[in-house]
Amino acid sequence: MAAVAQALQSEPNILSRLVGRRTSLIGIIILAIIAAAALLAPFIAPYSPSKLSIASRLHGPEMAHLFGTDDLGRDIFTRMLYAGRTSLTVGFAVVVFSSIIGIVLGLTAGFFRRLDQPVSRLIDAMMAFPDILLAIALVAALGASATNVVIALGIVYAPRLARVIRASTLVIRELPYVEAARALGVPTPVILVRHVLRNVTSPLLVQGTFIFANAILAEAGLSFLGVGISPDTPTWGTMISVGRQYMDQASWMMFFPGAAIVLTVLSLQLVGDGLRDLLDPRLAKDI
Amino acid sequence: MSAAATRLPDQSRQSPAKQPVLLSIEGLTKHFPGRGGRIVHAVEDVSFEVRKGATVGLVGESGSGKTTAGRSILRLVEPSGGKAIFDGVDLFSLTPREMRAYRRRLQIVFQDPFSSLNPRMRIAAIIGEALDARGFPRGKKRGERVAELLTLVGLSPDHATRFPHEFSGGQRQRIGIARALAVEPEFIVADEPVSALDVSVQAQVLNLLSELQKSLGLTMLFIAHDLSVVEYLCDEVVVMYLGRVMERGPSRRVYATPRHPYTKALLATAPIPDPTRRRTHVALHGDIPSPINPPSGCVFRTRCPLALPACAENVPPVEAVGGGQFVACIRHNETAS
Repeated sequence: MAAVAQALQSEPNILSRLVGRRTSLIGIIILAIIAAAALLAPFIAPYSPSKLSIASRLHGPEMAHLFGTDDLGRDIFTRMLYAGRTSLTVGFAVVVFSSIIGIVLGLTAGFFRRLDQPVSRLIDAMMAFPDILLAIALVAALGASATNVVIALGIVYAPRLARVIRASTLVIRELPYVEAARALGVPTPVILVRHVLRNVTSPLLVQGTFIFANAILAEAGLSFLGVGISPDTPTWGTMISVGRQYMDQASWMMFFPGAAIVLTVLSLQLVGDGLRDLLDPRLAKDI
Repeated sequence: MSAAATRLPDQSRQSPAKQPVLLSIEGLTKHFPGRGGRIVHAVEDVSFEVRKGATVGLVGESGSGKTTAGRSILRLVEPSGGKAIFDGVDLFSLTPREMRAYRRRLQIVFQDPFSSLNPRMRIAAIIGEALDARGFPRGKKRGERVAELLTLVGLSPDHATRFPHEFSGGQRQRIGIARALAVEPEFIVADEPVSALDVSVQAQVLNLLSELQKSLGLTMLFIAHDLSVVEYLCDEVVVMYLGRVMERGPSRRVYATPRHPYTKALLATAPIPDPTRRRTHVALHGDIPSPINPPSGCVFRTRCPLALPACAENVPPVEAVGGGQFVACIRHNETAS
């Protein structure tokens, strides 16, 4: 009975267990604040993100402008809130898009022996390119826009997910519950979704969190390099890019968006680490 | 485990000898590709029959190919050769699509109750998947059927909403049995269904299988390495060694008068709870040879106490020695005693 009670208590409620870890909790809190700020930008922001005010250009942080103003006199705090919307949306969209490609490639390579070699070599070939370089090439080919940045980064990160999913699929494919389903005559696509995909969600969640962090960083990188989202749309990356030109006179133009990126990426990493520790079967408690 | 199994009352078996043959295995062979292009001879030219309503035991050491043989019959691994005539149809000649129609007539219970249930599915969904496979309609009746099946295997209907990790090994094995029974199969392969369980629950699960077999008229292929379990449960026994059949026949005959030196050695290792019964001791030395490079002629000759130079020359034919008993040994006449 004790064993049963214990098993019931450790019922995998990931969120509540994650909150129980101090570092993960800090990550979740920071993320929640950033997400809420971005979501509620129109209500929180004291100004319009595009309101120019030549009179008050390059003001440092002050009561009227918490984080100062930029070269065109726009309120940096306001722009950061709106930039957060873009950055987080792009990051999340990249996770979704790369997951779709990664799941398809990973399941195919892992489940169908004959397709493993060709698909795995394709994954290797994609991973051989440096991330940012491949993203730049793709955006250059597709044209610079938020959608194309998402597509490019999705393609860049998909092989990582595909690899993780392939590895898990190789293990799950051989498990008796998959054989039981085959013995019942369950169609292969149903087996793939119901039995395989459902059991690779843990590594998917962990990798997805890290990709989220990387995508935000990469989007900022692309915008900074001028091959990403157009500078008219505020993103943390474009704000840093513009701020760079005024680095010696208005360091706050770079500092605050930079801090936002660091905080977001750091908290995503904290959550990702927590998830990995909780979901790693080698570290998980044996029930 | 033998103690637990033999403590059970020996239920009298009705002889299903007059029943028609439900499954006939002819020359079943399974080769796996090994490293460096070599071939693993997992199952080699195995033949036996299973009569309707009978339980046939498939015994052998680890690596004897018994599990592979069982899984090949259901085409969970694709056989390399031979036939499996089930109800007049060779299962091995069917296309995967045609085979799907037969799947619900042949089911399997797995050895490991922990990995045979999807950890992310509730019991109702696990059994429901099997009900889907036989086209059971959705709706209220479905829940009733799940409850019925759970009751049948000795679980409570309110277990349906739980997840597999909430159950013990024995309970999980019961769920695995309920899943197999959900499609109302005629034939069940029980692949060492109790060897992963605690001794205390082995007997319960064996009794359950035995009762279900009688009440539902199931035909069963029972794979085991434990001879006392097989003696308790099976009408016929097939003894395998290194992928080949050494001896087969009605359990009583094989247990009373084993003719193959390997069978004798196996029986000698099984403890007998009857102090008045004696069996000659034949000690086996060494390990089972590699199935990548099996010995020529008789595969058992490298460990056989009676081996002659002639044993290395030809694979001994499987010969009838009367009473439905078959032996693959060139010295079987001398071993009769």
